[in-house]
Amino acid sequence: MAGAASWSFSESDFKQIQQHLQAFLRDANARCALLVDRTGQLVATVGEPPQFDPTAFASLTAADFSANDQLAKMIGEHEFASLVHQGEKESMFLADVAKRVILVVLFDQRTTLGLVKLKGKGVVEKLNKVFEEMFNRVGAGGGSATPQKGLLEGAEDEIDKLFG
Amino acid sequence: MSMINYASREINCKLVYYGPGLGGKTTNLEHIYGKVSPNTRGKMISLATETERTLFFDFLPVDLGTIRGFKTRFHLYTVPGQVYYNASRKLILKGVDGIVFVADSQIERMEANVESMQNLYDNMSEYGYDLTKIPFVIQYNKRDLPNAAPVRDLQASLNPGWPIEDGAQQKVTPDPTRPGENLIERVDNQWIGKASYLEAVAIRGDGVFDTLKAVSKMVLKTLS
Repeated sequence: MAGAASWSFSESDFKQIQQHLQAFLRDANARCALLVDRTGQLVATVGEPPQFDPTAFASLTAADFSANDQLAKMIGEHEFASLVHQGEKESMFLADVAKRVILVVLFDQRTTLGLVKLKGKGVVEKLNKVFEEMFNRVGAGGGSATPQKGLLEGAEDEIDKLFG
Repeated sequence: MSMINYASREINCKLVYYGPGLGGKTTNLEHIYGKVSPNTRGKMISLATETERTLFFDFLPVDLGTIRGFKTRFHLYTVPGQVYYNASRKLILKGVDGIVFVADSQIERMEANVESMQNLYDNMSEYGYDLTKIPFVIQYNKRDLPNAAPVRDLQASLNPGWPIEDGAQQKVTPDPTRPGENLIERVDNQWIGKASYLEAVAIRGDGVFDTLKAVSKMVLKTLS
């Protein structure tokens, strides 16, 4: 592989993801759910709009998850599939989705960690399915055919113009 | 790993500034942060020690404009340059779309440059990425210092080139950023490819945007 594989998702994928997350937030009584890809890019936000910079938050989430992945390996675990950061009022639950994406759930005292974890397990299974189908369809994750190859085809003049 | 979001019409790409400690990676990002309009950039995050040495990474998101109705958003990362932070350095390379190697031009730092370049090749290959096939530029920084090594010496040590075996690529390819120089050419009966390079004085901002433009353009062209 020359570099990392690219991936993309369509509006219907996006809708499906949103619906699963909205149902989860309702069931778990959590405030907000974010999906972040492992390279630190924000994929989706559902629920109460966060009061912080979501782009910076996504990059830190990916770094946090990756660092913990390495710590897991050091102590002889394959991975930590989920992580919890518990604060006095606000807490976070993070879980792996399809090995490519991280689900981040923000919750407060209106719910319990147990409920978030329980409902989180269900939504992760659903999201795993959506993402695996998406990756299989586009051949990402090692495949060579990526749909966006050619997205900017013929746009070389525009690219040149962008950079003066 | 560029990510295209058709719902929000965004192309997201990841650029990593690599290189030896105290070479100017963070300075590159700080200059960009200071010069770019707040409307087109996000918050800069620095995970640094108390003495401002990068511990994990610096992060800066920048929008470079719109192409075909898609907003092009680049996420700029630096890595910690010090040798013993390799575990965290490697993590940052995950999913990278383009790399800038910031070399410290000072003669005394030559060994540190070479060591860091080797480390970059090693870390990339552990992910299965091939540095000779992804957008990659070298920035020779600190050109203003009296003890800066000549560019040809830096080129000989850090950018000696790699053999081009693919017949389709075996043609003289001029370097778009340096008239009169080639990125691919025939040397002693062998086709050799090299990375683009730029000279810079990052602390004054010289060459910082040229470097960013060069690498981002290469990344976008991989999508065309």
